[in-house]
Amino acid sequence: MSEVLDSYPQWVDGAWVTIRLTLLGGALALVLALAFGLAGTSRHAAVRALNRVYVEFFRGNATLVLLYWFFYALPLIGLRFATLFAAVLALGLNIGAYGAEVVRGSINAVPKAQHEAAIALNFTPFQRMRRVLLPQAFALMLPPFGNLLIELMKGTAIVSLVGLVDLTRVSKNVQGSTGETVAAFTVALVLYFVIAQVLQLLVRYAERRVDRMLGRGLPARPALDTAGVAGG
Amino acid sequence: MPPIEQPVEPLVNASKDAPVRRDGAPPGIRFEKVVKRFGEHTVLRELDFDVAPGERVTLIGPSGSGKTTILRLLMTLESPDGGLIWIGDRTLWHMERKGERVPANQKHLHEMRKQVGMVFQQFNLFPNMNVLRNLTEGPVRVLGLSRDEAEDRARDLLDLVGLADKITAHPSRLSGGQQQRVAIARALAMRPQVLLLDEVTSALDPELVVGVQDLLRDIARQNDLTILCVTHEMRFARDISDRVLMFDAGRIVEEGPPEQIFGEPSEQRTRDFLQAVLAT
Amino acid sequence: MTWDWQYTGDVLPDLLHGLRYTLIATTLGYALALVLGLVWTLLRRTPYAAVNHTVRWITEFVRSTPLIPQLYFVFFVLPAFGLTIGSLTAGVLTLGVHYSTYTAEVYRAGIADVPKGQWEACTALNLPRSRAWLDVILPQAVRRVIPTLGNYLIAMFKDSPLLLAVNVVEVLNAAYQVGSRSLRFLEPITMVGLLFVVVSVISSILVRRLERRYATH
Ligand SMILES: Nc1ncnc2c1ncn2[C@@H]1O[C@H](COP(=O)(O)OP(=O)(O)OP(=O)(O)O)[C@@H](O)[C@H]1O
Ligand SMILES: [Mg+2]
Repeated sequence: MSEVLDSYPQWVDGAWVTIRLTLLGGALALVLALAFGLAGTSRHAAVRALNRVYVEFFRGNATLVLLYWFFYALPLIGLRFATLFAAVLALGLNIGAYGAEVVRGSINAVPKAQHEAAIALNFTPFQRMRRVLLPQAFALMLPPFGNLLIELMKGTAIVSLVGLVDLTRVSKNVQGSTGETVAAFTVALVLYFVIAQVLQLLVRYAERRVDRMLGRGLPARPALDTAGVAGG
Repeated sequence: MPPIEQPVEPLVNASKDAPVRRDGAPPGIRFEKVVKRFGEHTVLRELDFDVAPGERVTLIGPSGSGKTTILRLLMTLESPDGGLIWIGDRTLWHMERKGERVPANQKHLHEMRKQVGMVFQQFNLFPNMNVLRNLTEGPVRVLGLSRDEAEDRARDLLDLVGLADKITAHPSRLSGGQQQRVAIARALAMRPQVLLLDEVTSALDPELVVGVQDLLRDIARQNDLTILCVTHEMRFARDISDRVLMFDAGRIVEEGPPEQIFGEPSEQRTRDFLQAVLAT
Repeated sequence: MTWDWQYTGDVLPDLLHGLRYTLIATTLGYALALVLGLVWTLLRRTPYAAVNHTVRWITEFVRSTPLIPQLYFVFFVLPAFGLTIGSLTAGVLTLGVHYSTYTAEVYRAGIADVPKGQWEACTALNLPRSRAWLDVILPQAVRRVIPTLGNYLIAMFKDSPLLLAVNVVEVLNAAYQVGSRSLRFLEPITMVGLLFVVVSVISSILVRRLERRYATH
């Protein structure tokens, strides 16, 4: 065990690669989720079709297949990516597709009356989305986004298969050099677990803040009339 | 409340058969053979009626007769399947292009909506904003007021509706009556000339109803507004309106001053309806 | 380099061979996940707080850590205790245990959804607890969650390529191996990608059908 822990610089580096991939992939996924999720709520059938194609294709595919495709197949037709970039792309595209469904569903779940109140105040379509619908939908998105972020973090382990030295790869290297099989993989799993718990704490914190912003989760007032509050 | 501003936009599709506009008065409303269907179900068939500039009209009628639909058409929340809706001397759902009447685009609707405000049955305050923000967001984003101007206006309106102390409160912390007052202030903050009120007290606890109704009565008296109001409360209808229109199945059955409609209606259907309402 | 249809045809048998292992791993792993998930759920309903908490932490741990290091753990650690297993067995075990932590949540939600009146009816009929579970509660709970369980089957199918980390020659690994023999990866890997998309899209349509059929009430 001590030998395994002695290689802590490797563990730290590996964890950093895992965390960086999670954050970069998460950022890309968030952008894609918002863009394609919004496209899914468009009035124009062609724009909605864009959402369907993206979601079905990238949600339907396995992340590892995507990664292999970026890493092995596309370079042969002249598209060469840095390994890290290919990994972020594969993870972001895949989780982004799940996220787009979350965004679309959350926007559609904001009560129609909110949309109408925004029309009655003469907001432009963009302002309705930006000032009224998205902020309210955001509260509904956060919990599923939290789950997706953890799935993304778990998904980063695939980069160990194309040569990036993340936590998983480090565990394999340490196992090879020390022969301490049980300790090496246990340490890796525990580190992943810790990262997941920290992510979960952050998401919970964000959820509480947004709930407070929307006046939810406050101690109930007697005869409180909650009509018009998103999600009741 | 400050006086209502006049619209500055040119009268694009002025027409001789449009309702006349008194100088300085808010626009009138005219429905001209308006048809509205939901699928197979025709709610309004060739409905005609006029509301004079500055007139205050109450719509009554049985559930499903199309009262809400009329207000929603005026607020552009539904689009008509036929006919013309006039606000002042311009059509709401059509605009003039090269001398021809064509369906309105977003820009035209945006222009027309400037004149109209609506208060909803369920208040529909924005839960992602506090009270002040609910009142200033429209004036700042849509009317282009500075934040200071918008906040001054919001404070005046909150004084008017008696909620000056709730300025930073969150909507969910207010009672139904308070939320509806904020919603009224929010609609007025946009300085509409036509105000649409759809059963604005029917979601309120009984003890809160009178306060909101009296507030609206005072607003109606102190401002030059064209008001179209849907309500089942006779006292409120009497207080707020010059004229009452009785609807059934998308048609006007009877109309007249509130005293006459509520006192001595001439149509059997009106009598039945009033009896049913009184019974509940 | 352009697409080579001839080569595409040549690699098909290899891909199909790989697909067999993908399907075996998915089916067996899923069966394990269905059963083990139910075990977790029922254990969490025992009156012993210690059992309850232990199960909760184990499942939370397994659910929030990645499959690949879990695969390594099963594949390399079990032999250290004298239990030598093949890579496919390791894959099935890992997939099954990993996804059992998801199915456990699904069952839990399904059982929570069964109206309280059903329990009360069982008490009123004086049914023994085991009968109540087997004949009344579980059938209703499972029925409610069939579509969600279907979604996890699709998810597991899409995770099965990870088994190549312990050298299971499932479909992606098969594609990779053909590709590295000829140094042409484009066709085999694209084919695998299309296969996943097609299977996923078709199965999500099926799941949506299930949803309509088993929609609560
Ligand atoms: N979005 C819609 N889709 C289908 N039918 C609708 C829709 N909105 C209204 N209707 C129908 O149109 C008719 C008129 O509805 P409307 O809401 O205008 O009635 P109302 O007079 O306001 O009734 P109430 O007194 O109950 O509010 C009703 O039969 C209603 O079912
Ligand atoms: Mg109505």
